[in-house]
Amino acid sequence: MTALLPRRGFAQILALIVILAVDRVVSPQFFDLRLQDGRLFGSLIDVLNRGTPVALLSLGMVLVIATRGIDLSVGAVMAICGAIAASLADTHGLPVVLAAALGAGLVCGLWNGFLVAVLGMQPIVATLILMVAGRGIAQLITEGRIVTFSSPDLVWLGNGSVLGLPVPVVIALSMLILTGAVVRGSALGLLIEATGGNARASELAGVGTRAMIIAVYVWCGICAALAGVIAAADIMGADANNAGLWLELDAILAVVIGGTSLFGGRFSLVLAVLGALIIQTMNTGILLSGYPPEFNLLVKAVVVLAVLLLQSPKLSGFAGIATRLKRTKA
Amino acid sequence: MRGLPPVLITAIVLVAGFAACAMQFPNIASTRVVGNLLTDNAFLGIVATGMTFVIISGGIDLSVGSVIGFTTVFVALAIERWGVPPLVAFVAILVLSAAFGAAMGAVIHVFDLPPFIVTLAGMFLARGASFLLSTESVPITAPVYSTVSDFALRMPGGGRLTAIAIIMLVIVIGGALLLHLTRFGANVYALGGSRATASLMGVAVGKMTVKIYMLSSLLAGIAGIVFSFYTSAGYSLSAVGVELDTIAAVVIGGTLLTGGQGSVIGTFLGVLIQGMIQTYINFDGTLSSWWTKIATGVLLFAFIALQQGLVALARRPAAKNAGAAI
Repeated sequence: MTALLPRRGFAQILALIVILAVDRVVSPQFFDLRLQDGRLFGSLIDVLNRGTPVALLSLGMVLVIATRGIDLSVGAVMAICGAIAASLADTHGLPVVLAAALGAGLVCGLWNGFLVAVLGMQPIVATLILMVAGRGIAQLITEGRIVTFSSPDLVWLGNGSVLGLPVPVVIALSMLILTGAVVRGSALGLLIEATGGNARASELAGVGTRAMIIAVYVWCGICAALAGVIAAADIMGADANNAGLWLELDAILAVVIGGTSLFGGRFSLVLAVLGALIIQTMNTGILLSGYPPEFNLLVKAVVVLAVLLLQSPKLSGFAGIATRLKRTKA
Repeated sequence: MRGLPPVLITAIVLVAGFAACAMQFPNIASTRVVGNLLTDNAFLGIVATGMTFVIISGGIDLSVGSVIGFTTVFVALAIERWGVPPLVAFVAILVLSAAFGAAMGAVIHVFDLPPFIVTLAGMFLARGASFLLSTESVPITAPVYSTVSDFALRMPGGGRLTAIAIIMLVIVIGGALLLHLTRFGANVYALGGSRATASLMGVAVGKMTVKIYMLSSLLAGIAGIVFSFYTSAGYSLSAVGVELDTIAAVVIGGTLLTGGQGSVIGTFLGVLIQGMIQTYINFDGTLSSWWTKIATGVLLFAFIALQQGLVALARRPAAKNAGAAI
């Protein structure tokens, strides 16, 4: 595998270029950018902006998956934190709103981490609990209504711009840099990979695997909270039923496209975010091409299968299939 | 015999919960309410039976909700637009869904991929395909549908045991027999215990994986037909999120999500518990429907924590004995 390392990321970048080229064909003005009221506009900016929630989710998800876990609750956490932010926005200042929403995300992450690391539950099951109950909790907060707000501060988080770039994009970029600095600037990333590679061996070697696992779920919760706040700010309201619905699947897909194995171990933050962008570029391309958005799901399904087959441990070309089939028959 | 204690606990929760409901609303304890409960949850009971096999074998099937959605749309279009006789449409969709499940099982086995992600792709694929067929709700007016909807066995006390409730009960009983009394069932448990061991013992792991996912998708197809009887329509957005309710029912029924332990009867009780919560909320009238989700989440947590405790207890004496032997 080490021989393959220098080529890491090559496939993802190639895929992005191909999809961008296809988008250019279906929509000739795809690469047009224009500056208006001090903000850039264009399909490319749109891809970045729309891709922000999934990119943020994938930042947390990739760390969780690196420890051999999975977090199914991120969509529900988005709904909870969006609901909290929306219901506080008109009566409290932005710092309080953000602190409350991110705090809620942290608590959700802590709960998941506690179930996985301390009670020893399977990650799928542990996070399934919050996935089911979380949407109910979010609806409890909004009392089943769609809560709207008009606080300019919070709206700016979703629709404002910094140096011509939309605020959500700036936030996602800062989170990528922050996460990268913390995880790769220290031994933390290595310890996370060790935990995912072999939790027992790492434990015996002195890695605090329990603390690692709790930490990644907490980080995943905070990332989901941020994504939820941005999603709420974007539509100036919180919809507990639909906010972040199925986004956990997109986030997992982004991580898988980014080449991180679901069996834990080696991970890449940049490639996970690239995976999120690939998904969004496809979505935008399908919208621009005039096909009904229902095609999204079909295209996604085909992409998941293609990526899976490429990553399959049992498959290195057709020779792999042949020997596998032979072995199965025998 | 395996998995009996968790099933007992599920049964106790069901009986105690039902007694508590009946104390508050005496009308709940009538065959009418029970009959409706069975009818409303018929499709869930069918699909959860299939999910039980998958989860006991150590896998998971996220595609079942989408398969139900696809089935309702396909059946509605075939009968109403393409003029296919209902029975032919049923056979066609069952063959199609069985083939779909077999394909997922084959991909999982041949390429050694996690069932979670393969069935996730299957979920996207089936939902996307149903959107392609139609995004509108297609009403079904075929005479078979009104005949089946009107058919019901009268129970004492005025309750109605409807046709779809009977289909569900037959499938639950058939599933229980298949799981607990046949070689196929024994192999399902063996796979869940340990794939490698099962393979060494001579279980054809590949064939079994294909068959298990085929069974799950086939039952999802039947559940889809039942769902179309229930709503008399086909809609591509029907049964969104049912995979979660199904997994919750299986876990509450005492099946271990790591595989190797569980029972169809427990799953059936899990479905009834979810139905009971829904019925209670309907009777109360002031509680909103989102309390169902929270209550299901709390129950899920309670049962998984309980299983975790039981597994830990089961391991302790074994470790002690091993220590004594050395």
